[in-house]
Amino acid sequence: MLFQDVIFWMLSVMAIGGALGVVLAPDLFRAALLLIVVFIAVAGFFVLLSAEFLAVVQVLIYVGAIAILIIFAVMLTRDVQRGNLPNRLQIPAVVFAALLLAALVTVAVDTKWEFLPADQQARVDLVQTNSVTTLTGEVLTEEGVTSPEDQAEVQEAGLADLLISDYVLPFEAVSVLLLAALIGALVLVRPSPGTGRG
Amino acid sequence: MSFEAFMIVAAVLFCIGLYGSLARRNVLAVLMSIELMFNAVNITLVAIAKYLAPAALQDDISSVLTGQVFAVFIITVAAAEIALGLGIVFAMYQTHDSVDLTDATGLRH
Repeated sequence: MLFQDVIFWMLSVMAIGGALGVVLAPDLFRAALLLIVVFIAVAGFFVLLSAEFLAVVQVLIYVGAIAILIIFAVMLTRDVQRGNLPNRLQIPAVVFAALLLAALVTVAVDTKWEFLPADQQARVDLVQTNSVTTLTGEVLTEEGVTSPEDQAEVQEAGLADLLISDYVLPFEAVSVLLLAALIGALVLVRPSPGTGRG
Repeated sequence: MSFEAFMIVAAVLFCIGLYGSLARRNVLAVLMSIELMFNAVNITLVAIAKYLAPAALQDDISSVLTGQVFAVFIITVAAAEIALGLGIVFAMYQTHDSVDLTDATGLRH
């Protein structure tokens, strides 16, 4: 447990320090690089939270695609003279964010959370860690899941099964959204006819 | 490393992102701050899925993956959002020669 605590605090310092750098760095390019640090720290949080598939997705999509896109955008639209300036709303924004933070922390600390029973935490961790793999019977027996019904239940639990059964409607909706957004982005950046470019 | 610690870290990330998206003038800085807020929400969802008892846990063990499914959807929507957002940034840069939000006043008059 101690090892995990040390990792957790290191990741927290990485994430919060990086996030402060993203919003406060005067140079946008540095801010984009610090954003990658935050994304990697969040991937580490996902590993700690036994969501290993999400950690891989986080690195692939956020670090591999979104951060690179943002860096491209920073370099193509570089506003060197002005950099990353605050606007007139800076003080109200600080006050609002601080008030919201106080409220969220109060809720997180004061609420009587209904935690999982300790005897079920191990099985929940097993299912969540192996959300994209099917465990064999021997591994499940080693982990203490012995009865055939329990083994079948744990083997059937998976992200892909949920996505095409319970969540199939949001899944299809989000795929249409992604297609529409990409076509919309292409339409937006296409040079208008007659300008002689492209 | 308790559940509350994860919630507090996520809240701090969210509020930093909120400040950034409200108080910066550069569109790209605002987009990056929005990504910070998405990440904070994802941490919260996955932490809740790991530590708290879903009501349906007794019926079906796969309900403990609900938080991860939501996080997958949020990551997909974030990808769509950043593609469209950067398209708007480039369109604004072509017409205004600037990515400063205080220059984006075309719809005001």
